[in-house]
Amino acid sequence: MPTLEIDGQEVTVEDGLNVIQAAEQVGIEVPHYCYHPGLSISGNCRMCLVEIENMPKLQIGCNTRVADGMVVKTTSERAKHAQAAVLEFLLINHPIDCPICDQAGECKLQDYYMLYGAYKSEMQLEAKVHKGKVVDLGPEVVLDEERCILCARCTRFCDEITQTGELGIFERGDHSRISLFPGKKLDNPYSGNVVDVCPVGALTSKDFRFKSRVWYLEKTPSTCTRCATGCNIDIYHRRSEIFRFRPRQNPDVNAYWMCDEGRHWYKSFQQDSRIPTPLVRDESSFTVASWDEAGKKVAHAVRSTQDEHGADAVAAIIGAKATNEEAFLLSRLLREQIGSTHTAGLSWSPTDAFHDDFLIHADKNPNTQGLKSLGLLNGGGEAEAVLATAEQGQVKVLFILGADLVTAFGQERIDRALGETTVIVLDTDYNGTTEYADIVLPVAAAVETDGTCTNQAGRVQRLSQAFPPPGEAKAGWEALALLSTRLDGPDSVSISDVFSELTHSVPSFAGLTYGKIGLQGAPLVEAGPETDS
Amino acid sequence: MAENVLLRHEDIPDIHKLDVYLAHDGYAAARQALTTLKPEEVTAQVKESNLRGRGGAGFPAGVKWGFLPKDSDKPVYLCCNADESEPGTFKDRAIIEKNTHILLEGILITCYAINAHTAYIYIRGEFAYGAKCLEQALAEAYDQGLFGKDIFGTGFDLEVYVHRGAGAYICGEETGLIESLEGKRAYPRIKPPFPAVYGLFGCPTIVNNVETLACVPSIIKNGPDWFRSIGPESGPGPKIYGVSGHVEKPGMFELPMGMPLREVIYDYAGGIKDGKQLKAVMPAGSSFPVLTPDEIDVHMDFDSMRAIGAFLGTAGIIVMDEDTCMVRALEIVDRFYHHESCGQCSPCREGTGWLHKLLVRLEEGNGKAEDIDLIDRICTNMMGNTVCVLADAAAMPTQSYLTKFRDEFVAHVTEGGCPLKKAAVQPEAA
Repeated sequence: MPTLEIDGQEVTVEDGLNVIQAAEQVGIEVPHYCYHPGLSISGNCRMCLVEIENMPKLQIGCNTRVADGMVVKTTSERAKHAQAAVLEFLLINHPIDCPICDQAGECKLQDYYMLYGAYKSEMQLEAKVHKGKVVDLGPEVVLDEERCILCARCTRFCDEITQTGELGIFERGDHSRISLFPGKKLDNPYSGNVVDVCPVGALTSKDFRFKSRVWYLEKTPSTCTRCATGCNIDIYHRRSEIFRFRPRQNPDVNAYWMCDEGRHWYKSFQQDSRIPTPLVRDESSFTVASWDEAGKKVAHAVRSTQDEHGADAVAAIIGAKATNEEAFLLSRLLREQIGSTHTAGLSWSPTDAFHDDFLIHADKNPNTQGLKSLGLLNGGGEAEAVLATAEQGQVKVLFILGADLVTAFGQERIDRALGETTVIVLDTDYNGTTEYADIVLPVAAAVETDGTCTNQAGRVQRLSQAFPPPGEAKAGWEALALLSTRLDGPDSVSISDVFSELTHSVPSFAGLTYGKIGLQGAPLVEAGPETDS
Repeated sequence: MAENVLLRHEDIPDIHKLDVYLAHDGYAAARQALTTLKPEEVTAQVKESNLRGRGGAGFPAGVKWGFLPKDSDKPVYLCCNADESEPGTFKDRAIIEKNTHILLEGILITCYAINAHTAYIYIRGEFAYGAKCLEQALAEAYDQGLFGKDIFGTGFDLEVYVHRGAGAYICGEETGLIESLEGKRAYPRIKPPFPAVYGLFGCPTIVNNVETLACVPSIIKNGPDWFRSIGPESGPGPKIYGVSGHVEKPGMFELPMGMPLREVIYDYAGGIKDGKQLKAVMPAGSSFPVLTPDEIDVHMDFDSMRAIGAFLGTAGIIVMDEDTCMVRALEIVDRFYHHESCGQCSPCREGTGWLHKLLVRLEEGNGKAEDIDLIDRICTNMMGNTVCVLADAAAMPTQSYLTKFRDEFVAHVTEGGCPLKKAAVQPEAA
């Protein structure tokens, strides 16, 4: 653990860190472009030049490993002069087209110019080097060669992370440009990440560009629900509309990256198929209902079935997109308020779903592992068994939470199973299964609710509400709390209450709190290597 | 010096042919080294000789060899840097084409000393004829068992490959050369680690210049004391001075290290052409400061040159007479660095182009008074701040031109173009 001095502050850091990382630990930002903690050291931008005592030349912070007794000056006259000089070099041929550049507001050229540059331009516009504009690299990414500062983050990403090597640097000197190797397209499953690593406006996202100025967007940290990996993300949104997902750093899950499929997943939350209000079936069509009416209907259906056919005539199928809290509340409702033993988890994914050995998991549900921990999924045949019981006419009321049974089991099977059953669907969108519903309760999508999911590695991670659900829809836990009170069960005043109850009744969650899970998640107790419970 | 070592073909025609070379003691030094000396003894002799790198930096060759890790289980490589691309420099080409075997013998001895069994000769692409010469000489030498398996019956194996570059100055930078040899863009590597520790294919590697390696056989043959007796002790040995530009007899002259520059220009290269006056000399290729006529009594060795703020470099001497426009001369120099910057580091990539554009503007008569200081400032900002020294190689001569010939730059601004050009087209006064 070397102890060194950075701008007069003494700091002890772990061995092997570079000066940029060490400075970060004491809140000092050494400006940089090419350095990226997830990529190899390139050392080309020269922005992180710092003064180190007893070294005649300025050193690049990214490639200087800290050593005991080192004295680093990041703001000395020499260092500041060099930083301003590098910035000037980077800007002389830059088009300075911030007003029409998508990166504006999150551009390191802009940020550092305000912090380290702020001089008058001495370069005549007509003397600039001109290069390619709007170069199509692939389905996700567009390149502006003139804005590029050739930091080589994108080429290193394709060489080192995806190892697909689509991008290279061509030509020499100030004619250098990023380009595709002949016959290649930038269309690997992670290509969108090059836009994130690009510190300037050279690589922009086809999906996001020109949609919004970034300073109008709010950012909410959350977890991607596209698959069981649970990449950590930031949701960028404004007025209940999502504009993009970007990966949020988590060394234990996704490092700095996410897949393109996950990146586009935000669109799934804002489709026309969202259910705006509770609905009750009136003969053949749905009628809009209040939560109060719908709740009463549910309670009536449950109680009358209990009286007539016994508690086990009420069942529930819980999809693996439900949060731990939602699954917990519904299963408790069935078990304690109703007394039914028929609560089944369902984790369905297409058999041909794309997956790889990096971040894209074959399980396209965010919370399969959570349902397992809650005892709702073991062999995987649980939902099947409920349907079989239903086919024998023994399920009179079926709750379906976040699961499209028609897609999972096929129309014919569902026709047979649910023809005579009172079906109560809690979901976000209309789907094949809502067609069978007698009561539909609209719930919040993953981006509209707080809660937790447990990823494939047994890590409990938080979802955060970016904005409230549309229309009359309620967060799943609120909807289930309402049903609980209707059935004389306990109310829940907050999501953390629900989670606390969950941790007290499910051993593998013991000791966890939202605080402990934080923004980086926490492993389940049973996933811990030392514990055997 | 009685006999040429490096330009021996001037004494012995056809020395590039193996039979001629062998008839004149060829490969005797290699045989001596491989059969009577241990590798470390060879290195010790080279260290003792004070042979300093002829590529321009002047780093002691034996010391460089000594940087190889002792406990590595990886193969060691030798790269012969034959990417001679420095403007005004043509010494390596002469050795490659005309005295080919002395280079190959130097490679053989060096590989033995550093325990390398593979050597690459990285030759610049434009040297097509040189590459052919090397291939032919190698084929002859392989035939005679001088390369390949069990050389001189000692059990020492060595394979030598000739690799042609594709035309980039930066491939002469030793880590750029290594990257290029590995099939990548010749982006110089951040050092440390140096090639001796992490070089070609990640293995310990020594990169030596052609002229450096060509000195090695004579050190083994005649001993380090002999070598040290030629020129200054701190950086001795035979040296090729290449003179080009406005002299009567441009060419190459093999002389001891430390020759006074004046003597090289006036006694060997025949003085300034057409009896004109000397205006400026670039004594070290184009990458180092320019000298004025009152500085040419300097001795051409590493340390004497450093003492006056200059460098020996490749000792490619570019002579300019009184009619030379220094703005145009510098514009040409900086055009070269603009063209050759690899583009990796921001200060060099952007700075070389900016410098060149400003010089074109000055030369064309569109310059502004503040451009001169701007050029100087750009140079300061480029120097010492990049992965390799190409930025310095552009900035150093540029700043020296500005300092030593400032009046000419100012005149280009005040007179709206080149005064010399204008004088040349003006009719004689009646």
